[in-house]
Amino acid sequence: MPAQDDTWHDEEAGPVVRPYAVIHGRTKPTGERLDLIAMITSTRLPPPDPWQLDPEHFSLLRLCRVPMSVADLAADLDLPLGVVRILLGDLRDLGLIAVRRPAPALLHDPQILREVADGLRRL
Amino acid sequence: MDYAGSDRTDGLADVPVTIKILIAGGFGVGKTTLVSSVSEIRPLRTEEHLSEPGTNVDVLDGVEQKTTTTVAMDFGRITIRNDLLIYLFGTPGQHRFWFMWDELAIGALGAVVLADTRRLADSFPSIDYFERRGTPFIVGVNRFDGARHFQPEDIRAALDLDHGVPIIACDARLRSSGKILLTALVEHAIRIQQAIRILSRDPDYAAPVTAP
Repeated sequence: MPAQDDTWHDEEAGPVVRPYAVIHGRTKPTGERLDLIAMITSTRLPPPDPWQLDPEHFSLLRLCRVPMSVADLAADLDLPLGVVRILLGDLRDLGLIAVRRPAPALLHDPQILREVADGLRRL
Repeated sequence: MDYAGSDRTDGLADVPVTIKILIAGGFGVGKTTLVSSVSEIRPLRTEEHLSEPGTNVDVLDGVEQKTTTTVAMDFGRITIRNDLLIYLFGTPGQHRFWFMWDELAIGALGAVVLADTRRLADSFPSIDYFERRGTPFIVGVNRFDGARHFQPEDIRAALDLDHGVPIIACDARLRSSGKILLTALVEHAIRIQQAIRILSRDPDYAAPVTAP
């Protein structure tokens, strides 16, 4: 076991340098923070300048041809959430993805909650 | 099917609606086991920058030592219908990751707080957090071999829980048990909504301020 100060990363945590190289050292995404369960869908528009994008951007665009949550995208690409948020922010700025935020009103809708309870019982 | 409050002006009519449920409790209480018993579980990595004051003795006035830490969270997805998905998130156990909780709790339907009767105090921080935030929650008492059996009312007293908060014995390894916990949470949330609706008809009742 390494000393306490060295335990921030272990091998299971994966590479750290690479994800931050992908986002060119940025730590904050542009625009509104994307919720973990916001649904992302590719708009299928061609990128204005393909050279502007990294392979990870293209991987995200491929995955979200069908609607995918931010959490699912991060797990599928095995990239940290913060990195995925920054990449998605780039794609949103370019109009290449559409974002649907979770609707808080759902949690106050008795009919939806009833359907969720029934659905869980049927699992 | 039309959902009140969802935004249909964006051309995303086929996008499923998503609901978030949190699984909380102390370290080693069975959060990962519970998420994996009812859903397809995957790890989600997040890297956070933490400031660590007072760790460097060099004279570097004004220079804070920044540390990046990787926080791994469990998350799972349950497809209720093609257009309705539930996401489960296991909250990070260690105290230094409390800042993650606010992000997880925003917009959550509610939380299942798992408790171990041998270490009930480990669930206090989660219970305090959801009580303060007004997030609906239930307590699942995970059965561990060798643990003494307690009556729910003893546990309610020990945890100082309101009478309305359901306490359910469970075995986090069993899918049937996980389903019962999640269903009980959603029904608890429905009862809270009903109570708020009834109270809000009372002219003397001031509606609670809910977090965005």
